[in-house]
Amino acid sequence: MSELVFDAVSVRYGNRRTGLTAVDGVSLTVPSGQVVGLVGESGSGKSTLARAAVGLAPISSGRVLLAGTDVRRRTRNRHLQMVFQDPYSSLDPRMSIGESITEAMPRGAHPGRGARREEVARLLELVALDPDRAPMLPGQLSGGQRQRVALARALAGQPRVVIADEITSSLDVAVQGAVLNLVRDLQRQLRLSMLFISHNLAVVRYLSDVIAVMYLGRIVESGPTEQVLADPQHPYTRDLLEAAPSRHTTLLTADPSAVADAEPPDPHAPPAGCRYHPRCAIGPLVHSERDVCTTTDPADGAAERPHNAACHFVLSARPTPGDGFGPSAPGGSTSNAEVSTVTPDRRGGAL
Amino acid sequence: MRRRREKWLALTRTPVGAVSTVLVLAVLALAILGPVLWGHRASVVDTDAISRGPSDTHWMGTDGLGRDIFYRVLVATRLSVELALLATAIGVVAGTVLGTAPSVLPRWAGRLVAAIVNIAVAFPGLLLALFFAVIFGVGTKGAVLAIGFATAPAFARLAQTMAAGVAGRDYVAAARVAGVGRFRVLVRHILPNIGDPLVVNATIGAGDALLSFAALSFLGIGVQAPSYDWGRLLGEGLDRIYINPAAALAPGVAVVIAGLAFNLFGESAAAVIGLRAHSARIGLRPALLPREDVPDRDDGADAGLSAPVLAVQNLQVAFPGRDGWTTPVRGVTFTVRAGEAVGVVGESGSGKSLTVLAAARLIERPGQVSADQLEFAGTSLLNTPERELRSLLGTSLAMVFQDPMTSFNPTLRVGRQLAEVSEQHQGLGRRAAFARAVDRLRAVQVPAAQRRARQYPHEFSGGMRQRAMIGMGLMGDPRLVIADEPTTALDVTVQRQVLRLLARVRADTQAAILLISHDITVVAQTCDRILVMYAGRIVEDLPTAELYTSSRHPYTRALLDAVPDLDTDRHAPLTVIPGRPPEPGQLPAGCAFAPRCPFTDERCRENDPALARIGTAHRVACWHPLATETEHPVREVAVAGGARE
Repeated sequence: MSELVFDAVSVRYGNRRTGLTAVDGVSLTVPSGQVVGLVGESGSGKSTLARAAVGLAPISSGRVLLAGTDVRRRTRNRHLQMVFQDPYSSLDPRMSIGESITEAMPRGAHPGRGARREEVARLLELVALDPDRAPMLPGQLSGGQRQRVALARALAGQPRVVIADEITSSLDVAVQGAVLNLVRDLQRQLRLSMLFISHNLAVVRYLSDVIAVMYLGRIVESGPTEQVLADPQHPYTRDLLEAAPSRHTTLLTADPSAVADAEPPDPHAPPAGCRYHPRCAIGPLVHSERDVCTTTDPADGAAERPHNAACHFVLSARPTPGDGFGPSAPGGSTSNAEVSTVTPDRRGGAL
Repeated sequence: MRRRREKWLALTRTPVGAVSTVLVLAVLALAILGPVLWGHRASVVDTDAISRGPSDTHWMGTDGLGRDIFYRVLVATRLSVELALLATAIGVVAGTVLGTAPSVLPRWAGRLVAAIVNIAVAFPGLLLALFFAVIFGVGTKGAVLAIGFATAPAFARLAQTMAAGVAGRDYVAAARVAGVGRFRVLVRHILPNIGDPLVVNATIGAGDALLSFAALSFLGIGVQAPSYDWGRLLGEGLDRIYINPAAALAPGVAVVIAGLAFNLFGESAAAVIGLRAHSARIGLRPALLPREDVPDRDDGADAGLSAPVLAVQNLQVAFPGRDGWTTPVRGVTFTVRAGEAVGVVGESGSGKSLTVLAAARLIERPGQVSADQLEFAGTSLLNTPERELRSLLGTSLAMVFQDPMTSFNPTLRVGRQLAEVSEQHQGLGRRAAFARAVDRLRAVQVPAAQRRARQYPHEFSGGMRQRAMIGMGLMGDPRLVIADEPTTALDVTVQRQVLRLLARVRADTQAAILLISHDITVVAQTCDRILVMYAGRIVEDLPTAELYTSSRHPYTRALLDAVPDLDTDRHAPLTVIPGRPPEPGQLPAGCAFAPRCPFTDERCRENDPALARIGTAHRVACWHPLATETEHPVREVAVAGGARE
């Protein structure tokens, strides 16, 4: 078993007065052998959550369990590895890529210089790089190649869970596809559990079995990828879906929605009640009678709602033709027959 | 490692570097050989010649015991240099230990060490040296320790700052995640990456230590008789400066030369390891590439289109490099008409940003822009006087950059910066200009514009800053808005807001938009026409309406297929474009895309296809433009993740 469980994890920075709660009581499970995609805008705390799991951010309450054991209790824990966003800063410019990979191997796993060199060659083969490149410095490689090296280094620790934090966002589109294919193949081949973090919904959709949507330090919706994308419950998820670049929409027309120009809130002072209400298209700004959003936190009772959505108006949240959310769905049910009518153009042959 | 050695060898190629290297080597050689060669002569007491001036036998005269001062100065080199290096070594080691300790120690202990260093740095070095000299006792040992510990705080501060910078890098985080201990992280990752600047500063520090030592010995609290160093000789010589000036001059000159040698060597080493930029030798600017393969301007006048705002023909941008000039933009021809939205897409290095920067006259020297025609609003940007251009571009051209944090001055209020445009170019008064700034902020939907105008850029979110940037463009009367990756740093929801705002600005003001992006989907959502660039050329120019149905260039198709969107088949591998774009200096003879193209044949490898017109508003540069019926011919060559780069 290699399940990664976040149990009510909070990460707080700074003191009581000027402090910032980057992650606020997040519970999330990465099931064994599955990919969980974590989406959200910058500042939503998704990277902080990842860094908390590997000990790079302080967990102020809650715990992170890897296969049932608190990750903080293990020293030199290599079963949980992380790949970073920027391959230009995640490799030591003065160390050959072979040395970088060797460094991440568990002590004693490959005794002898020859065995370690063989292991480096094997790992480089695994990420589709020529093993002869082991003596090269990172400066001699392209961005995509560096990210492959970073992957090989993570795999050198023989991890059971890999956290990938925005690993394609600094790569060119042409290279991004190759790295995503590689990640997908490796995950299947090695049966890795994976937390895949990205702000790009299309990328997350391509890789993940489960999607979790994070907003201002909290997870507002989570569920199987197909269900979440076909039938989003939380208005923020729906907004993300609608904003994702797509060949079926155009931005040449002005946005009719009243809340379209709302600014992302300040994480130092999260709004009361539902944190999303100042931007919500179905919230109190549009429906003046919905003042419950400004007073009551929808996180309570999220477990009973579909997709654990943190929204008071999940059931009535179905778009109506005037909502600006495009094609509408008959409300209420999540059965597959009805789901398929939601956004036919987006579904293609994929789902 | 070889590269590192080459780097240090490069030190000797600059005149100052060469001279200082020779000087340092000479001083070191003298320090080693001096006492061996002349030790005896320096200690011979000549009772016939006590306290004499310069003569044939004693070039610099003799001291009170009749010893030859010239030889004494030469022999004193060893002790002076030795003590200076010893003191520097103490300072560097103590400083490095103190400076890097915070990255190994627990947090509270690290803070304590940092605080101690901060306090120590506040004391003047010589004062500390005198203080330590008193503590450790008068004499050589005391002076070495004193100067050593007096220089330590400065090194500690330097090491601490640099170590903190390195410790924040992802590779240190990665090493920690990989289970590497703190001490190993320090030795393997932090120290090697702060080594070069430390060595440079140690060299400069050695020069300073030499001077400090001379000062201490001169004051009589350094080297004690019968030992002697330059400072002591200087002190003795000074007593009789009116009788024999040379006796003071000789050790003085020695101190100056040795000090200079170490300092200059350190400075030139700093320049070589890149702490300071040094200019490359620039050859002659390359001739304009022949324009035979540049097609005629897409002349749309016959189609009844509006007047061109930006007309570019055979635009080339060249930069001097190590091995001569490279030309990242190699003959680009296009026209942007009034009210049109044109998108430019391509991978990084395709020359898309340089193309539009050239159109905004933002290519800085030593870059060179040349073109057969480069006209903005009917005015040539190549040969119109600078003064006229400045006001034209200031009011009619708006620029939006990728990083809005760096395009605003962080010390000025946002409203002030907007108002400046009107004060400069429209002659508005301070108050009127500010009122217009508030009005323009309102126009780009900045909430509470009046209050926001008085805020500083850092108080704005990324999306708001981009709005303000667009608002700044609207202070004049823009005919063209150039947006260079304006949403790359933004989240999708904010990206949508900014792109919609651009669309609204276009609708309201009839300004043309030139949008640069690496994301072809974004461009397709926002623009009427798309220019696809590859390796410094336009390879396809087509209306957005035809993009998904009838793009003809294999590269355009590959770009479309490579980007996963919400329709991508989750169960098939993504299409990838094998290989990587050519470096500007190493272009293949034929089509630049040929090495990555699945349809390449002999002709593609030998001849570069020109951008040729294939429809009323469609141009493509390909020998084998794809048929429009086949929707995804490129998919067949899709290579799964195993593609080697």
